[in-house]
Amino acid sequence: MTVEKILELKNLQVSFETFGGEVQAVRGVDLTLHKGETLAIVGESGSGKSVTSKAIMGLIESPPGRIKNGEILFEGNNLLKYSKHQIQKVRGKDISMIFQDPMTALNPTMKIGSQIMEGLIKHQEISKHDARKRAIELLALVGIPNPDKRVDEFPHQFSGGMRQRVVIAIALACNPKILIADEPTTALDVTIQAQILDLMRDIQEKMGTSIILITHDLGVVANLAQRVAVMYGGKIIETGTLDEIFYKPKHPYTWGLLSSMPKLHAKTDKLLAIPGTPPDLRKPPKGCPFAPRCPYAMDVCIDHMPQYTASSGSQKTACWLLDERAPKVDPPSTIGVGGEA
Amino acid sequence: MAAKNEKLLQVKNLKKYFNVSRKDVLKAVDGVTFDVYKGETLGLVGESGCGKSTTGRTIIRLYDPTDGTVIFDGQDVGGKMSRNEKKHLSKRMQMIFQDPYASLNPRMTVKDIIAEGIDIHHLAKSPKERMDRVYKMLETVGLNREHANRYPHEFSGGQRQRIGIARALAVDPDFIIADEPISALDVSIQAQVVNLMQELQEKQGLTYLFIAHDLSMVKHISDRVGVMYLGNMAELASSDDVYDHPLHPYTQSLLSAIPVADPEIERTRERIILEGDVPSPIDPPSGCRFRTRCPFAMDICAKVRPKWHEAEKNHWVACHLHDEEIKTEKV
Repeated sequence: MTVEKILELKNLQVSFETFGGEVQAVRGVDLTLHKGETLAIVGESGSGKSVTSKAIMGLIESPPGRIKNGEILFEGNNLLKYSKHQIQKVRGKDISMIFQDPMTALNPTMKIGSQIMEGLIKHQEISKHDARKRAIELLALVGIPNPDKRVDEFPHQFSGGMRQRVVIAIALACNPKILIADEPTTALDVTIQAQILDLMRDIQEKMGTSIILITHDLGVVANLAQRVAVMYGGKIIETGTLDEIFYKPKHPYTWGLLSSMPKLHAKTDKLLAIPGTPPDLRKPPKGCPFAPRCPYAMDVCIDHMPQYTASSGSQKTACWLLDERAPKVDPPSTIGVGGEA
Repeated sequence: MAAKNEKLLQVKNLKKYFNVSRKDVLKAVDGVTFDVYKGETLGLVGESGCGKSTTGRTIIRLYDPTDGTVIFDGQDVGGKMSRNEKKHLSKRMQMIFQDPYASLNPRMTVKDIIAEGIDIHHLAKSPKERMDRVYKMLETVGLNREHANRYPHEFSGGQRQRIGIARALAVDPDFIIADEPISALDVSIQAQVVNLMQELQEKQGLTYLFIAHDLSMVKHISDRVGVMYLGNMAELASSDDVYDHPLHPYTQSLLSAIPVADPEIERTRERIILEGDVPSPIDPPSGCRFRTRCPFAMDICAKVRPKWHEAEKNHWVACHLHDEEIKTEKV
């Protein structure tokens, strides 16, 4: 499979200045997004997944935020070198974003038609009349009934699921090459979530958009993604294809994450909880960020951050257990339900 | 586990209406009937606005029921109650709230938060006994003594929820209503709190009403599960029965809508995707509340409200598809 890289992050580091000191939210992230694929970034709150996506969009407010280091290459061009004006031309046109909470992502005082047209008029030389026509088309595309009437309604006249459809329509207005979906279904009910996930898959098939899906819900990941990056403590600790991460995970944090969720299709007696809490990124750990909570931690883990070890295929894991000098550790029996571990 | 046939709580035809304007009434809970047995965990699931939280809050009398009876351990607690009677109820029935950031008073120390119930019910004879109880509670929920003098903001979400649990347990209740106790927590922390709740249940013989929208977690913790839709109970059965062979079309579609953390299953399984949104509880559909989104809706569903009946042993459902009388009529 020859796939074209559309976005590449190299050693991205983002920090925030706070009264309590510098919070190193993202501490060196390398990531590649290919054309037409869905890449999921999973992790708990505070792992740096949302900050990573905001950095791509150029939405890190400075101060307090600061991109300390790294490159964000979009079709080969470093977005971090762009001026404010240049990035505005990319944002909303080539790269757009679906936000988590549809209740707050829309302007309550603007008709939804105008909110969709805003981006179109800004980025494409298009008359108001044509923009309106396109807005109606987009509403139909995301499955809103009577789009020619609803285009003149306000957000409060829409339900949560419908508002999220509008947010998706805004994001899709200029046929973006990359769509960043930051927890797109977290605020929605399950039956509505199923509708939205279906819609996103549909749109990707029709338009060939590359999607970065940010979520903590592994069910949503299994449903939508082709590749997965697991973030913890501001770093990517494991990345691979969907099947590699779910069936042959190599990192103890991924093991913990997978076995701390109850299974709907199997009986679990006791959940395997990960003890402790995520690290404080004001004082980021010197070694592996997961070491204090890791049941297999060794001395080396505390002091040195492990390098990525590539295993079969495209899977890469940052863990000292994969070093040839480390003792062999088998993943807990709860892992690897579908494939052979 | 011990035999669970003694009813601790009986809820019959419970209704809770809210007046939203001069002419509109929001029927948040509209005739819900169920029992909770001693020592079990009853899960209550449903989408937002289905009335599951209102049910919990009405049972513990944060709201006064509009109609219906609630019998707790042989005593009617659904009717008019004096302040004193409500106080007695809160000694035996406690609640754990959803948001550990909003449910703890930021200006009180942890020890005062936990001891509040002990003070109200005069459960400690001396300051020393009071502190001993607080320390014991802290240790029970996996915190330590040094935490007693701190304030809520010094704790993480998971730790705060432990404080909320300690506060609920401090008066030594029999029955705990947990309203989305883990929804605000991260996945790895959720498992810690759920394991803690299960341990406490085993040790102290607690009975839980566990309200949540996360169906896989509800299945994991509950002995029996009730599924609610728009103020009505749609189905109630043992958790295995609800998940392995659901009778109500709403339960079926709800289960098929949950994304499962297993790519193989996700690729192969068939989904029932419901059209549209949940109707407004101010003006709910006639007859069966679910009929507007139900793929199997019949004529009768618009006319007659389905009966809440035991379709199979210990498997309750409110759906015309499973009503014997209607089935025979059709044939």
